[in-house]
Amino acid sequence: MAGGKEITTKIRSIENTKKVTSALEMVSASKIRKSQDLMNATRPYAHMIRRVMGHLSKANPEFRHPFTVRREETKKVGYIIISTDRGLCGGLNFNLFKLVLASIGEWQGKGAEVSLVTLGKKASGFFKNVKVEIAAHTSDLGEKPQIEDLIGSIKVMLDAYREEKIDLVYVVYNDFVNTMTQKPTLEQLLPLPETDDEEIRDIWDYIYEPDAEALLDTVLVRYIEADVYQAVLENLASEHAARMIAMKNATDNAGDLIDELTLVFNKARQAAITQEISEIVGGAAAV
Amino acid sequence: MEKTAGTLKCDIVSSRREIFSGEITLFVASGVAGDLGITPRHVPLITELKPGPVKVISADGEESIFYVGGGILEVMPHVITVMADEAERAVDLDEAAALKARDEAERELSTSTSEMDVELARLKLLRSLAELKAVEMVRRKKKR
Repeated sequence: MAGGKEITTKIRSIENTKKVTSALEMVSASKIRKSQDLMNATRPYAHMIRRVMGHLSKANPEFRHPFTVRREETKKVGYIIISTDRGLCGGLNFNLFKLVLASIGEWQGKGAEVSLVTLGKKASGFFKNVKVEIAAHTSDLGEKPQIEDLIGSIKVMLDAYREEKIDLVYVVYNDFVNTMTQKPTLEQLLPLPETDDEEIRDIWDYIYEPDAEALLDTVLVRYIEADVYQAVLENLASEHAARMIAMKNATDNAGDLIDELTLVFNKARQAAITQEISEIVGGAAAV
Repeated sequence: MEKTAGTLKCDIVSSRREIFSGEITLFVASGVAGDLGITPRHVPLITELKPGPVKVISADGEESIFYVGGGILEVMPHVITVMADEAERAVDLDEAAALKARDEAERELSTSTSEMDVELARLKLLRSLAELKAVEMVRRKKKR
């Protein structure tokens, strides 16, 4: 049997790979649900704080908080890049990085500098090789990211923005649309984009306790933290979804490959039998 | 739903979930500048909350008590929004754990030396005291 043994070894090895990928697929499938629950649990908070922010931007505070003021010149741009810690999730991270690189290129073309905060090992690994400043890095957020773990990295950006070292901040993450679709998203975080879909148009203002400045600051910082946290959770759900799809494809491909190789093996076996029979027949005729 | 003059909508959310949402007639909480009692048609107000109990009387007269570990309160004439750092229904609070946390915090407060530790212990103490206060309020409500 020519090559019969080699083919069986190959089939067996692919079968093992298939077992691993299908196990990973199932693990990811169960994790999607958990991360989706987590995502939905924090939605009310994000929704409420957005509503309050909408009211705040319509009110007429006696002073303008730096986070809401658009700077005339953009000298330096900050990015908060949210990636995964682990690979095997298809083009999820790379599609995101392509988006970031395009945006970085655009700003550098305008003469602006760039500073990054990376979350997740994949982003820090990738952007180490790109010649840009990395201001902070956090990884190993785990399956249940805590808002407390993000505050440090976010603060780096906020402080730089306050000191006017950075004039514009983006947050980049994969938006979880559904299990099949994850959309790489680049969102402007600072200065806060204005919202104008509110029904309140009259001039009015809040009573602030203790004072407007401190309070606005607290609300804005909370808003930004909640926004980034939500982005991290979206990205987590995207990661599991992308991994599930990638692993499903790998499992399917392994199945196809096994079918093909089994066919080749059977053909080789048949050829060997045919050859043996014809040899016997030939031998008998000669006798 | 039609909004009558006598009620206002109240939403209490923590960063992890929604705790309460409904029509109410009275809202009581402790803000950083003092205790607040809010009835419908209050002027717009925005304030920080101290860790403490929050009392809500809903439209049907039912009184509910929550524990809020600091956060932001926004009052609009017909909507109240509480964005809490952490929040819990007072009936779900664990009194024994709160007592333990209080004792621990007191001990830490007297032994810690670094500014950071003192601040953390102080926060822990404030939160556990607030939890205990909320538990106490529930108990009083039951007696009545």
